[in-house]
Amino acid sequence: MRWSKPVLKWALAALAAAGQLAAAQQAPPAPAAPAVRFVVVLDAAHGGGDPGGRLSDGQAEKALTLALSVRLRSLLAARGIQVVTTRESDASVDQDRRAEIANHARAQACLSLHASDTGSANSSGAHLFVSSLAPAGPVRFAAWKTAQASWVTRSVALAGTLNSALLHAGMTVTLARIALPAIDSMTCPAVAIEITPESAKSAGSGQQSTGALDDPDYQARVAEALAAALLEWRTESWRTEAGHTEARP
Amino acid sequence: MIPRYQAVLFIVLLVASVVMGVALWQLRERAHQRLLAGQDSAPTQAPEVAQAEQATLLVANDADGSLLTQVQSLPLPQDPGARARAVLGKLLDLYAAPDATHPIPGGANSIAQVFLMPVPGPDSSSSPDSAAKSPQSTGPELAVINLTGAFAATHPSGLETETLTVLSICGTLHANLPRVTQVRFLVDGQPRSTLAGHADLTRTYLTTDSVPSEGVHP
Repeated sequence: MRWSKPVLKWALAALAAAGQLAAAQQAPPAPAAPAVRFVVVLDAAHGGGDPGGRLSDGQAEKALTLALSVRLRSLLAARGIQVVTTRESDASVDQDRRAEIANHARAQACLSLHASDTGSANSSGAHLFVSSLAPAGPVRFAAWKTAQASWVTRSVALAGTLNSALLHAGMTVTLARIALPAIDSMTCPAVAIEITPESAKSAGSGQQSTGALDDPDYQARVAEALAAALLEWRTESWRTEAGHTEARP
Repeated sequence: MIPRYQAVLFIVLLVASVVMGVALWQLRERAHQRLLAGQDSAPTQAPEVAQAEQATLLVANDADGSLLTQVQSLPLPQDPGARARAVLGKLLDLYAAPDATHPIPGGANSIAQVFLMPVPGPDSSSSPDSAAKSPQSTGPELAVINLTGAFAATHPSGLETETLTVLSICGTLHANLPRVTQVRFLVDGQPRSTLAGHADLTRTYLTTDSVPSEGVHP
């Protein structure tokens, strides 16, 4: 008996499919799918024609925030975290565009980086700000200027994680609420961080850095602390996500 | 014996002196009335002549990012707008002092004007027309603070320092004028996006957001 070519092809394909089905039934359960993606948005404040504050050494705030953003991006990328930045150079980016970038990235953490060396000598370390919007439940369509309201609770939790890491790094930290258009429009856990020079007392307590804003050691210490905090935040996020997945029927 | 013509001349001169004296007295009275009328039309009452009262100031402290309540005795005019300006002037004088906990140059002259008006809303009783008819409104009020450009130009730049300035102004206004529930800012009479690069001046601030009970963080 002689088989025609099309019939032979169909028969072989059917055999192969049956074999795969049998193998799938006998194989052990596949490992859990890789954890959900984790994206961090770094927003280096100011830029272009907006220099921000003028620091005591003559440096503009925009330059320092960009340097910190680049340093932190490298640290996070080395730890396998996907990073989206609002600017990579001395470019002017308006507040709405910054929020647009963050919202399109669907990030799990958004950090707006600032720097200042004004105020009294006792005002030192890092200031963490969360949006002053009142917390609100999740909504399908959020108003642009108050989009952060649904995320404020998560933002407060993120600020707590950052606070712990910065304190662990020996820095002085204050927490406060603020009305900042850039983070009020973000649909992600968002925190504005203002880095200030470290007081002589804190800087001298076993640290090598002088605590000045332009000190590379101090910048590295801040970036390391923020990277450690974001790693911790990733673990918490995955744990929370896993809890939600298990709770689903 | 005095000649007759001399007697007549003496009487004429005497009468002329009396008439001139009366005329001078009337002119003096008219000038005095004009002077008083000019003083009455002055736009504001000088705070120095007002009675000293207790004013509650919410003073910012950069050390821990808090607002501390401080009671000061200072002359306060009765007009609410002038009263608000006097209180805020005292607050900014504290910030301009050498040992300030929240140093900002400028002082009292940094407040150009303070305007008080009913809070705009759907309620017709708080419309500007009704406010014009009854200037002594009893509802919640919006304070519009006009800062000088020099104040904004010399204000230190930073998230914390600018936020503390705005919140301390809002809190101080509410502590002394409880009807003020909302505050907006102008700089040289014009809207401005930020105070010194950070604090948003385009929004309306609610004074309830900045009133601490005792030295709490904003």
